[in-house]
Parts: sequence; structure tokens; C-alpha cells
Amino acid sequence: MKRPILLACVLVLLPAGMRAQQPEPRKESQEERLKALEERVKVLEAVIAELRTARGPATEAALVAGAEMLPPTPAATAVATVGSPPQGAAAAQLPTYGGASSAAKVLNPDISVIGDFLGSAGRNNVRSVPSLEMHETEVGFQAIIDPYARGDVFISFGQEGVELEEGYLTFTSLPKGFVAKVGKMRAAFGKVNTLHNHNLQWTDRPLVTENLVDGEEGISDAGFSVSHILPAPKGIFLEGTAQVYRGISGDLFSAPGKKDVAFVGNLRGYKDLTEATNLDLGFSYARGHNDAGPELTTSLYGIDATLRWRPLRRAIYHSFLARAELIWSQREQLPVTQKAFGFYTSAEYRLNRRWTVGGRFDRSGQAQDAGLTDNGFSALLTYWPSEFSQIRGQYRFARYAGGQDANELRFQFLFVLGAHGAHPF
Amino acid sequence: MNSHCVRFAIIFMAACVLAVAYPRSADSAEKLKVITSTTDLAALAQEIGGDRVEVQSIARGYQDPHFVEAKPSFLLQLRRADLLVVVGLQLEIGWLPPLVTRCGNPKIQPGAPGYFDSSQFAQILEIPTVQVTRAMGDVHPLGNPHYWLDPQNGLRIGQGIAQKLSEMSPGDAVYFAERLRSFQQRIADAEKRWDEQMKPYRGRKVVTYHRSWPNLATRFGLNVMDYVEPRAGIPPSPAHLVQLIGMMKRENVKVILVEPYFDLKTPNSVAAQTGAQVVVLLPSVGGEKEVTDYFKLFDYDVNLLVRAFQAAR
Repeated sequence: MKRPILLACVLVLLPAGMRAQQPEPRKESQEERLKALEERVKVLEAVIAELRTARGPATEAALVAGAEMLPPTPAATAVATVGSPPQGAAAAQLPTYGGASSAAKVLNPDISVIGDFLGSAGRNNVRSVPSLEMHETEVGFQAIIDPYARGDVFISFGQEGVELEEGYLTFTSLPKGFVAKVGKMRAAFGKVNTLHNHNLQWTDRPLVTENLVDGEEGISDAGFSVSHILPAPKGIFLEGTAQVYRGISGDLFSAPGKKDVAFVGNLRGYKDLTEATNLDLGFSYARGHNDAGPELTTSLYGIDATLRWRPLRRAIYHSFLARAELIWSQREQLPVTQKAFGFYTSAEYRLNRRWTVGGRFDRSGQAQDAGLTDNGFSALLTYWPSEFSQIRGQYRFARYAGGQDANELRFQFLFVLGAHGAHPF
Repeated sequence: MNSHCVRFAIIFMAACVLAVAYPRSADSAEKLKVITSTTDLAALAQEIGGDRVEVQSIARGYQDPHFVEAKPSFLLQLRRADLLVVVGLQLEIGWLPPLVTRCGNPKIQPGAPGYFDSSQFAQILEIPTVQVTRAMGDVHPLGNPHYWLDPQNGLRIGQGIAQKLSEMSPGDAVYFAERLRSFQQRIADAEKRWDEQMKPYRGRKVVTYHRSWPNLATRFGLNVMDYVEPRAGIPPSPAHLVQLIGMMKRENVKVILVEPYFDLKTPNSVAAQTGAQVVVLLPSVGGEKEVTDYFKLFDYDVNLLVRAFQAAR
């Protein structure tokens, strides 16, 4: 056992000893070697740079029909010189993710977490909210599933537990320009109903949404959706969407039987008035069974209009958005059908890169007693430390039917972790 | 299901039939329709595609490509596109994915033959080698996406586009190859001119607003000392500006490069305190009316830089 160890020690120490015994090289020869090494490093750097440039189709350019006339690029020459294996060229076309270990994560979905912390001071005896609450934590998973579809799943962790906020499959490659969705999703009814809490312009939802469209939950159900861009005069975008749902959406729709499905339809028109200004109009319809009795239904009709202004050269500094949404509810119940109407109008202006001011006026009848009307208004101030966090304050006044007034000061902290999501439009 | 449901279904089906039967113009069938996310890629696609393609860009040249709004009107362009050319490296992550998902065009979905990620063909700088966090600002974890600001990358992207167009329209492959060769020759000639103009100013120190210029700076030997933004996408703080002004005085930095979509108030204030000049350099074709193609972009920027450095003597 000792002999091999001794031999190894001798082999290791011998070259060191030999080096120690050698006379010191002259200064000139050291400089020469240094220069030679520098030259070699430069050559290697050049080769590496060329190899990096060869990630493109340089080596494949010659395959292009007629491209044999192209002179070979240095990159292609470099690749040929170093004799990369054939699969090397294909691998070189993949984006560089920074390290081999991260390659294993490439196929994982984009994961994001959005926290929504709410605070409230003041008095509201009709719709009381906690003084402080981690209102919602939304975890999103989004990925392309296969060449035909993508998946989006949003799980909401709130004060009342965990729920699937949305989870749907979008078929992106259907023939004839159709786009279909299957799963649980927020229905395409108006604007507010389609938006998650963190995409709203306010810390709350308007009274008309609370009274007629089941508030925060809204029309959100399992079902399927088909949409298609419709022909329209030049420059006008027109899209039709038809959706069928199981028929259970909070207090709004209930489906005693399998045949009691709910329907939602939306027609959206959009036009760029100038490159900075555009107008967005929507007409919506929803119908489903309610809990007032067998065969009794609730129908909702909605109109929404949005005017946006955002100068392209200063898009991150200034913008203006005005929106109105009008909703008519027709709820069949005994002894008489209730026909309620409500609306909100809102506006917001971005003062600079970090500050936005806004306001909203609310008025809405109540779905089950159309004679009762609630009114309110809000003033808002929003601060954006970065694109990934937001601090918002809202003063909210409401005069509920029966004369009860509510004065509240609400504040909200929103924060985003993980994948960079798309900006809502 | 009752009569309401039947009526609803009939109306929707009728609309769908109408939509499917909607005729397309005769011209659209002849040319390949290319949609690009930015004007620079549109300019490159036009260089290679010539009159065999119809090219449109979603973003304008004077617009911040990070913050384009996902307007529904873009869906009208995307739904008829044969080829979508994107910058990639997450530059368009905030607006393009929902448009592509919603456009109902299978040809340009990610992974489909009509989806072309230009970053695959370019030399990418500033690829992070350490763990990336948002504490660094809105960083691009796959590398700096402003890579088209090196003419050599323009050439590489042009080669990629020629290959793609040839695959999509094999009958025009010789035409595209010829145009590519012409483009290569003109780039080579132009590069000599730009190099000559910039030669006296290699190594000059500059400050830029955003990290838009690593490729341009590397190509022409500019030395980017710092940024007006303390971190990508984060507005400058007073403390950072004090530090920046100190550095500029110390290092004698006399030029601040700003993209056309950033407010000039802060750069002007820094310039006033350091004796520097603010130069609104264009990162994209179409940033000004006269900058109508890829060559004019570099002509414009190089001329501006030369004038700025001459004035800073």
C-alpha cells in the first residue's frame, strides 16, 4: 500500500523539483513568452467571438436556395475550423440562459405571485371590511402547452381560503381564426368583470358590480368560450365572443340542473382615433338561472365605453383613461321581476412616471329590489415605486339606499414576484 | 335550453359564418405578410424581402418598445400575418404574448414556422452571469435586447430573415439571396464610412439614460460610464443623480445619450451641472421622420455622436 503512495508522491513532486532546479529564464524570454501568450489569448478570444456570432444561421445560410452565391461568413469558417459536431450548430441556436443548470427549468411554466394588501379606516355599516387584511395572494402559472394551446392557471389565496380564480386552456391554432377557451374563467361581460383585482384602477369594485354582477367574484365559472374577429370597415376592430358556463356564479346564477347553463355574449368594437387616442366600445349579454325559484332567470345587459390617450413618445409619463360601464339587470323573482340599472364612470390621469390620480362616480339599483339605489364616489392616488409594486390610496364615500352613509379611507399595497406579466389593456 | 339560448346560438353562428366568408383582397395573396414588433426588424425584413413582402411594424420608432400597448387594432395585422418577427429576450413580454394568443392565427404562434425570434441570430451582450433579481430593476435575464444597434447583428438578422423567407417562398429564394448579398455589400461599405467617422472618438466616455446602447457602444468603441437610471426601469433618485454628477465631473464625461421616449428634464439638469450636452440618440428606425431605413439610423446616430464629440472638445 505504501509503495504506490510513495510513487505518487514522487511523481507529483518531481516536476516541481525539476522546475525549482532549472535556472531562472531571462527577462527577455519571459516577455517574449508573455507576448506569445497574449497573442494566443487574442486569437482564442476572436474564435470565441466568432463562435458566438455563429449561433445564427450563418452555417446554414448556404442551405438557402440560391444562397450558395453568398460568401462564407467568418463565423461559418470558424465553426468549420474548430470542427463543431453537427448538433452543435443546432444547439447554438438556442438562447443562452446563463447556465447549464437553468436549462432544466426552461420548460417550467412562468410563475408569478401577486400580493394584494388592503387597509381601511372610517365607517361603513353596510359593507364593512377589515381594518387590515392580506386580501389576496394570487399565484399564476402560465405556459404554452403544445403547438396548439396555452394554459393559464391563477390560484387565489385569500382570507376565506383558497380557490381557483381562473384555470383555462386557450386553443390558439384553430382554423378560420377562431380562438377557444375551456376551463374556469372570468366571463367576457363588460370590462370590470374580466379583470383580476390587481388590474383594477381602484382598491374596490364599483357599486354596480357589487349590486348587479356579484361583486368581486363576478361571473366566473367553468365553461367554454369561442371568439372571432369579425369583418368590419377598415381600421375598426370588431370581435364577437360567445361563452357557455355551468351556470353557478355566486349569488347571481345558480344551476339546479345540468341543462341550466348560463350564456354570455360580448361584441367589442375598437378604433384608433389617432396614434395616441383610441375608443373601445363593448356590448355584453349574460343570462342564467337564479336562486329565486325553478325556471327563473336573471338577464344582464351591459354597455361599456373606454377612451384612452397615451402619447407614444411619453407613454411612461402621461396617459389618460376615461371609462363608463352601464348595466341593466332583469331578475325574475316572485312576485314581480326586478329591473335594476346601474353604472359607474371613472377617469384617471398619469401625472408622471410614478404618480396617477383618478376618480369614480357610482350609482346602482339593487338586483333583488330595484327600487333601492346606492350612490357613491371615490378619489384615488396611486404611486408606482417600480413596475412591480404599487401603493394606492382611495377615499370612498357611499350613500346606500335607506340613507346610510359610508366614509372610508382605503389603502392598498400590490407587489409582483416572479415572471413579468403582460400589461392589461 | 330555451328560445333565448337558441336565438343566442343562431346569432353567433351567423356572425361566425360571415367572418369566415369575408373575402380577402387579391393583393394579400401575392406577397408574404411580415409583421415585426419593432421598426428596425421591419427595416431589415424590407431590405431582404424587397417587393415580395409586405412589412408592417407594431411599435413605432419613437416609442419605448418595452411599453407598447396591446391594442386590439394590432390583432387585425397579426391575424393576417404569414411571418411574425420579434426581438425576443423578453423585450416584448409586457404586450406581445396576449396579442399573439388572441389573434387566432396559427401560423405565427411561438414554435410555428411563422414565428421568428431574431435574437437567435444575433450576438447578445450583457447576458447575466450571476443570479438575477428584481433588485437589479427590470433586467432582461436572457441578455440585453437592444442588439440590433450593431450593424453586424443587422447582417446576421438579415441572413436569418433571408433563410426564413426562402423557406416560406422557395420560388423567391434567389431573389432574397440576391437582396441579402446587396445588403451585405452596402453594410460593408457603410461600416467603413461609420468607422472612419467614429475613429477619432473611440474610447470617449458617455453616460446613457437606459441600457439601450451596449451593442452600439461596443461596436464604435464608446465607453459607457454610468446610467441616468440607477437600475433598469427605475426612475433616477436624487442620491443617484448626485453620485452621477460627481462621477461625470471626475471623469470628464461630456455627453449624455437619451432615447427619444425619455423625459429630458433630468438629463438636462445633470448636463447643466456638469457642462455636458444631452444627445437624443435614436435607438430605432422611424425615431425621426428622415430616418426611414436601417442605414439612415446609423447615419443619423453617427452624425449626432460626431457633432457631440466635436463640440465637447
